Amino acid sequence: MKVLLSWLREFAPLEGPPADLAHDLSDLGLTVEEMADFGADLDGIVVARVAALRPHPSADRIGLVDVEQADGKVVQVCCGAFNMVEGDLVPLAMVGSTLPGGMRIGRRKMRGEWSEGMLCSPAELGMGTDQSGILILPGGLTLGEDLSSALGLSEDVLFDLEVNPNRPDALSVAGVARDLAARRRVPFVLPEPQVSTSGESVDASASVEILDPDLCGRFSVTLLRGVDAASSPSPLLTHRLLAAGMRPVNPVVDVSNYVMLELGQPSHAFDADLVPGHHFRVRRAAAGETIVTLDALERTLESSDGVIANSADEPIGIAGVMGGASTEVSTSTKAILLEAAWWQPSAIAATSRRLGLRSEASARFEAGVDPEIAERALMRFAELSASFGVAAAPGLVEVEGNLPSPARVRLRTARVNSILGTRLDRSEVSECLESIGFTLSEAGGDDDWDVDVPSWRPDTSSEIDLIEEVGRIWGFGRIPRTVPPSPRTGGLSLHQRRRRQVLELLAGMGLMQAMPLPFLAPGDLERCGLAPDGIELSNPLVAEESVLRTSLRPGLLAAVAYNAARRRSGVRLFEVGSVWSADGGEDGLPNESDHLGVALAGEEAPAAVGVWRSFQSSLPLVEAELVNAPVAGLHGSRSAVIQIGGERVGVVGEVALDVLEELGIPERVAWLECDIGALLSRHVKSRSYSSPSRFPSSDFDLSFVLEDSVPASSLESALRAAGADLLAQVQLFDVFRSERLGEGCRSLAWRLRLQASDRTLTDAEVSEVRSACIAAALRAGAELRA
Amino acid sequence: MISTPQDAPNPQDAASASPQDAPNPQDLASQAEALAADAVQAVSSADADDLPRLRSALLGKSSPLSGLRRRLGELPPSERPAAGRAVSSALAEVSERLDAREEEIAQQQMRLRLESERMDLTEVLELPAVGSLHVVTQTQQRLEDVFCGMGFEVAEGPEVETEWHNFTALNFPHGHPARDMYDTLYVDFGEPGSTLLRTHTSPVQIRVMQSAQPPLYVVAPGRCFRRDTADATHMPVFHQIEGLVVDKDISLGDLAGTIESFTSSYFGPGFTSRLRPSYFPFTEPSAEFDVQRPDGAWLELGGCGMVHPAVLEICGIDPEVWSGFAFGFGIDRLAMIRHEIDDLRDFWSNDVRFLEQF
Repeated sequence: MKVLLSWLREFAPLEGPPADLAHDLSDLGLTVEEMADFGADLDGIVVARVAALRPHPSADRIGLVDVEQADGKVVQVCCGAFNMVEGDLVPLAMVGSTLPGGMRIGRRKMRGEWSEGMLCSPAELGMGTDQSGILILPGGLTLGEDLSSALGLSEDVLFDLEVNPNRPDALSVAGVARDLAARRRVPFVLPEPQVSTSGESVDASASVEILDPDLCGRFSVTLLRGVDAASSPSPLLTHRLLAAGMRPVNPVVDVSNYVMLELGQPSHAFDADLVPGHHFRVRRAAAGETIVTLDALERTLESSDGVIANSADEPIGIAGVMGGASTEVSTSTKAILLEAAWWQPSAIAATSRRLGLRSEASARFEAGVDPEIAERALMRFAELSASFGVAAAPGLVEVEGNLPSPARVRLRTARVNSILGTRLDRSEVSECLESIGFTLSEAGGDDDWDVDVPSWRPDTSSEIDLIEEVGRIWGFGRIPRTVPPSPRTGGLSLHQRRRRQVLELLAGMGLMQAMPLPFLAPGDLERCGLAPDGIELSNPLVAEESVLRTSLRPGLLAAVAYNAARRRSGVRLFEVGSVWSADGGEDGLPNESDHLGVALAGEEAPAAVGVWRSFQSSLPLVEAELVNAPVAGLHGSRSAVIQIGGERVGVVGEVALDVLEELGIPERVAWLECDIGALLSRHVKSRSYSSPSRFPSSDFDLSFVLEDSVPASSLESALRAAGADLLAQVQLFDVFRSERLGEGCRSLAWRLRLQASDRTLTDAEVSEVRSACIAAALRAGAELRA
Repeated sequence: MISTPQDAPNPQDAASASPQDAPNPQDLASQAEALAADAVQAVSSADADDLPRLRSALLGKSSPLSGLRRRLGELPPSERPAAGRAVSSALAEVSERLDAREEEIAQQQMRLRLESERMDLTEVLELPAVGSLHVVTQTQQRLEDVFCGMGFEVAEGPEVETEWHNFTALNFPHGHPARDMYDTLYVDFGEPGSTLLRTHTSPVQIRVMQSAQPPLYVVAPGRCFRRDTADATHMPVFHQIEGLVVDKDISLGDLAGTIESFTSSYFGPGFTSRLRPSYFPFTEPSAEFDVQRPDGAWLELGGCGMVHPAVLEICGIDPEVWSGFAFGFGIDRLAMIRHEIDDLRDFWSNDVRFLEQF
C-alpha cells in the first residue's frame, strides 16, 4: 500500500519529519518498506503538446516528435516511446534541465537527428515506477507551464507500507491516517463529502434485488449524469493515482480508484443507458454461464461465483472481481450507475483465485471492506466528479443482505496487563482503543469494559484481539522487558548429545558434512540400484524435486560426481538427514528415519568398515554385527549388512561398479549408511569403568588358514570366547593369500594379549589359553599354520 | 673400536712397582699423583666405547689407585691422613674427568644425531584429511547452545507433517486465507491434502504442548519446505529455529526480554532488538523482531508473538491459567550474515571448495 504524506494530512495534522512518521508507522505494524521523496524538483519540465509524430529516417526504435511549447514554439525531440497521439499533452524536459534521477538534458544528436529536450515517463519524473510510456497529461493545461504548478504538486513523501492480512482497514489512506493520528495523539477527521444533487432521484428509476443474501451483504447504487469520458479529473488526483502505482484510464475509473485508495471501498460504474430499467439482480452464477469481462475475454462461471445481472437476468459483472464489457463506460456514456457493495470475502477470494483475476478491488473485498462505508464512498465519488461537470441524482438505492453483525467484546484490564506485561490503568486502556474508533462502556467488574468494535475492524472479535490493539497503540517498545526465569535446567537430551558426538567424530575423521536436497528426480533411486519406492509429492514445482528420498545414497553420490567433475577426486563426505518410506509411521504419517550416510571416494570397502568401527566404538552401542551379504546397489562381493539382534540397521561396502559408471563417477566409492536414530536409541546408558591391570601382560601370535566362505568375524568371536576374561586384546594384523595356500582361502594372523587383573599369569596359564584358542579356531573351521 | 691407549697405566705395573714392605708415604702420594696424571691423559683421548672399560681399569677394585688406597693401612697412623688425602684426591680427579669426558661424548653424539636427522619442516608432502561440519549445522548448534544456556530444552518433530499439525492446530482453519501465505508442498500419502512437508517449525509447538505439561521452555530447530524456485535468497528447503515458552504469567514483555537476551548473547554486545506488530494466526499479539547492529543498521530476523489462546486450547492447555510466547527465525540467513555468504544455493552445492571453508 503506497500512501502520500500530503494525502494522509487531509485527515490529520501529521507534522514532524517524515522519518519520524515512518518510524511510527512501522511501530504500528504498518511496516514502511520504502520511503521516497516524490514529485520533487521538476524545474525546467513543462507542459507541451504533441504537434506531429514523424518516423526517424534512420532508426526504427525511436521516432521524431514535433513538440509545441508556449507561444507556438515548436522543437524536435527524439523519443523511444510511441504511446502518444497528436494533440496529447506531455511533459517536456527542456534543454538544460535535470531529471529527478539526476540525468541532465542537453541538446544532442540521435542517429543524425537533433533532439531538443526529452519527453518523460512517470518514472523519469519520480512519480512511481511506470516507465512503459510517456506520461500523458490531463487536457486543459497551459502550454509551457511548469509541470509542478500545472499539476499542483508540492514536494511530497511516498511511504510504501506492508499491510498485514488482518488489517483491511489499513488498505486505505484514511485507515492509515487513523492509526498514525492515534499514535501521535492528534485528531483524526473523516470529512463529510459535500454533494449537491440535481434532477430526478435515483430511486425513481433504479432497483436492486439480492437473491443470495450470504453473497452480498449490501448493494448501494447512485446515478450520476453529465459524464464526459473525454474530460479530466484534477491533476492532483491523477498525480496521486500515479503515486499509488495506478495508471490513469478515464475520469470515471480514475475517480473510482481514487475513492478506493482513500476509503478502501471499491466501486464500479455501469453505463446507465446500457442497464435496462436500471435494475440489478445480485445472485450466484449458474454453472457454465458465460460473461465477457472488461478485458474482452469470455469467462465461464461456476455456481460458487457471484454475479450482478440485469433485468433480463444476463450477467453484467462478476461480483467483486471484474465488470462486464456490455455495460462498460465509453466516450458515448452520458450517465452512470455507480455501485458499491459488501461481498462475502471468501466468495471473492475463491472466484478471483479460480479466474486468476486479482485486482486492487478484489484484494480489498477478500480482506474485508468496511460494511458501513459504501454510502460515504459513493458520495465522495460524486463530490470529486463534480469538478468535471458530473451531477449526482438525489438519493441512494441501498439493499441489504446478510451483513456481519457488529461485535461487542468484554475486555479485562487485568488481562491486558498480564498478557502485555504492562501496568496500564483502565483509562489508559480505553484511551488506546478509543483513539482508533472503538467504543467502550462500563461493564460489570471494576476494571472491565464492554467494547464495541468499529465496522472497519472485522478482524477484531475476541478479547485477545483487543489486547493486541492496546499493545499496538501503546507501543511494543514501551513495554518493560523481562526474562522469565526458566525452572528447567535446559540442555540437550542424551540422544541429542550422542548425535552431536557422531557428527564430531565423523568430522574428526576427516569427513566433510554435505547437505544434498532431500528431493529426488524420478529414476534417481533406480540409477543407484535402489528400489523405486520413494513417496511422491502431490504438487512438485519441478520433476527433479518430486520424490522423497528413501536413502541418502543418490544425494551423496551426486555430490561425489559433482566434485569429481571439478577435479576434486577422493572426497570424503557424510550426511545426517531424514529419509522416508511408505510404511506407516506415527500419526498416519510415512515412516521418517534419521540416517547417516558416508561416501569415501577413491577408497575401497574396508575404509567404510573402518568408519563404522570407529563410530561403533566411540559410542556405547549395544553389540551390532557385520554380516557379509549382498546389498542392492553395492558391489556384489564387497558388501555387508549391519544388524542388531537380527534387525538390519545399516549397510556397508562399496558402491556397485555399474552404479558408478551410470553416475559418471571415475573412482571407487566406499559406502556406509545406517539408521542412526535406531542405533542411538539402543545405546547403553553408560559404560562402567574397569581399571587397567597392574600386572604384566603376555602376547602370542596365531596364524590360521581359513576358507573364504567363513568370515573373519566368526573366527574372532571364537578366539574371544576361548580367551574369555583373560583376553585383553585381539588384533588381526596380517591377511594374505598365496599359491601355496591355494584357491579359496586365506591366512589370517592374530595377536592376542592376555592379562589378569589380580595376578601375573604363569606360563602354564598362558599356554592353556593358547591351546583353548587354537581348539576353538579349529572348531570354527580354521586350520593352524605351522 | 675398543682399544687401550699406549700410555694407559697398567694396573699390574702399578702393583708390581710397589714393594711388599712398608711403603714410604711420600712415595705413595707421588705415585697417586702420577697415576692420576696418566689417567687424566688416557681419559681425555678415550672414545665412547673405551669409557666403560677405562672407568673400571682406573677406578675399579683392581686399579692401581685402589691398590694404593689398600696400602694406606700399612703406613704408620700419623702418616696416614696426608697420604690418604693424596690418594682420595687422585681418585676424585680421575672420576671427575671420566664423568666430564662421558658428558662431552654424549653431547657430541647428540649433535651428530641431530645433524643427521635434520628436516626442512616447510617441505610438507601430504596433509591429513580435515573434516568439517556444515555451516548450517554449526550455526544451528551455536543457537541451540545459546538457548540451552537460557534454560531451554531442544525439541524435534517430523519433517513430513500432518496438515492438522502444520495448519489447523495453529489456528489456520481450512480455507483460511493465511494458508496462502505458505507455498506448501503436499505429499502423496494418505488422504489427499492430509500430508505435507512442514512449512515452518511451528508444528513442533503443537507436538510439545500435546506431549508435555507446562512449564515448557523449548526450542525446535529443523528443516522446513516450500514450493519455491531456488535463487540467491530462496530454497525449497530451509532451516528454522522455533522457540516456545508456556508458563504462568508469561507476557509480551517476557518475549521482548527473551529476544533481547538472545540477541546480545548470540550476536554480541552492542546488538539490540525491537518488536514490530505483525500478524500470524497462531500468535496474538504478533510481532516481527528486528536486530540492530552496532552500526545502526536493522536486520529483519523473524516472527514472534504470544501463543494464541485458541492454540493453547487445542492442545488442552487452559489459557486462563497458562500463557506463552513463541518465536521463529531462519538459521540459514544467520549463517549467511555471519560468513558473508551471498548465495543461499551454495549451501546445497556440496562443492568441497565451499564445505572446506567452515
